[in-house]
Amino acid sequence: MQIPKSFLGFKRENGRAGTRNHVIILPVDDISNACAEAVANNIKGTIALPHSYGRLQFGADLELHFRTMIGTGRNPNVAAVIVIGIEPKWTKRIVDAIAKTGKPVEGFSIEGVGDIDTIAKVSKKAQEFSMWASEKQREECPISDLWISVKCGESDTTSGLASNPTVGNLMDKLEPLGVHLCFGETSELTGAETVCAKRGKTKEAQDKFMKTWSSYNDFILKEATNDLSESQPTAGNIAGGLTTIEEKAFGNFQKIGSRKFIDVLEPAEEPTKGKGLYFMDTSSAAAECVTLQAAGGFNIHLFPTGQGNIIGNPIEPVIKLTANPLTAKTMSEHIDVDVSKILSREMNLDQAGDELIRSTIKVANGRLTCAEALGHKEFVMTKLYRSA
Amino acid sequence: MAKTDIIIHDKKDNVGVIVIEKVSKGQDCGCWIMEDDSSSKVKSEAEIPLGHKIALEDLKEGDTIIKYGHDIGKVIKSIKKGDHVHVHNVKTKKW
Repeated sequence: MQIPKSFLGFKRENGRAGTRNHVIILPVDDISNACAEAVANNIKGTIALPHSYGRLQFGADLELHFRTMIGTGRNPNVAAVIVIGIEPKWTKRIVDAIAKTGKPVEGFSIEGVGDIDTIAKVSKKAQEFSMWASEKQREECPISDLWISVKCGESDTTSGLASNPTVGNLMDKLEPLGVHLCFGETSELTGAETVCAKRGKTKEAQDKFMKTWSSYNDFILKEATNDLSESQPTAGNIAGGLTTIEEKAFGNFQKIGSRKFIDVLEPAEEPTKGKGLYFMDTSSAAAECVTLQAAGGFNIHLFPTGQGNIIGNPIEPVIKLTANPLTAKTMSEHIDVDVSKILSREMNLDQAGDELIRSTIKVANGRLTCAEALGHKEFVMTKLYRSA
Repeated sequence: MAKTDIIIHDKKDNVGVIVIEKVSKGQDCGCWIMEDDSSSKVKSEAEIPLGHKIALEDLKEGDTIIKYGHDIGKVIKSIKKGDHVHVHNVKTKKW
């Protein structure tokens, strides 16, 4: 297949391109959710991103909170941003960092004003942003403007056999064209960690990966009340034929094809070493992982599933594929790409990879994903530890 | 193209995955090796359901199970070629 060299995206002020054109109302903290949601309800073409945290966090946990907020606002799928916090200082920190992209952003704080007047004031600005963004047109963008993140979920043996290798095939074909790629799921690489580490392009990347994995593994072993042999793999994984965590990990690992990663990113960190594949330290929980990858600047997501995970994200379109023929049939409204014919050999991996590329370009051009059509907007902050 | 009952990831693997509803005891199964698109055959010694693994060679206690060309656990009870390979005869080396 001749791989398309371009897609129709929204060009942003900082040179990036978006596959979507969202105007977001971003609450800094849990208590500003009501205000943000009221504004999004008032003004069409905007979307509120409510979440559960943002008060009394400290240290690395607070830094991750800021990184996620700022990264979400900076994502090229976002045209303009309203930030609402209870107090002005943290609100301003987020606004200032997003403003560096050159996109319209404005912050508001509620203390001393109250919800109702804030909602009125913010709604006026949100209306202005929404109408401004609605004038933006899609333009031809090089395929290298795609930043593709991947994560699998509700995996079974069909994931490792076919849907994850399909993503790997796509990576092998698109990486040479200059796209950015990102995989994560630190805990679910257990068993494949040394093999994964060897995929680091440099010794520095390899060492950084092992340090990240070891730290996560130490944490899991410290907090586990028993060994994890009944949680990873889960009872469902075992019923589906997965025997050990190593087997699950090697299945997971198929998503990167034969690529090598150039750097290890902190959760929600934006890559800065240019095109290519990155590993991001993330939880293996779907919504947390995709939220972090979106905050890292990734503008389209590929999500292979076995038993049928239904996750979506408010700003980064999530394309789902499955190789499980039963899931493709019983949960068809959630499946964008059916590659189950790989198992019956009516389709090979090369064809499946091409099919996934075609679907990815369609979605990049604006076609809604199943998750978008169904209204899935899971925005889930990762919290590292208890608040002060 | 022969009918595929079992898919094997890598030529080095000593297990394959059932990709039809199930294989019956004594069934001559067609295998497809993804790595190099080659074919092989194995006779099943047990009924094994979709998604579960079959041994492609005799394995003894302490041997390593290879899938994806890599170590995915250890044999805790000897396994004959064609047997069902799962939690009853294989365990993680990790936890």
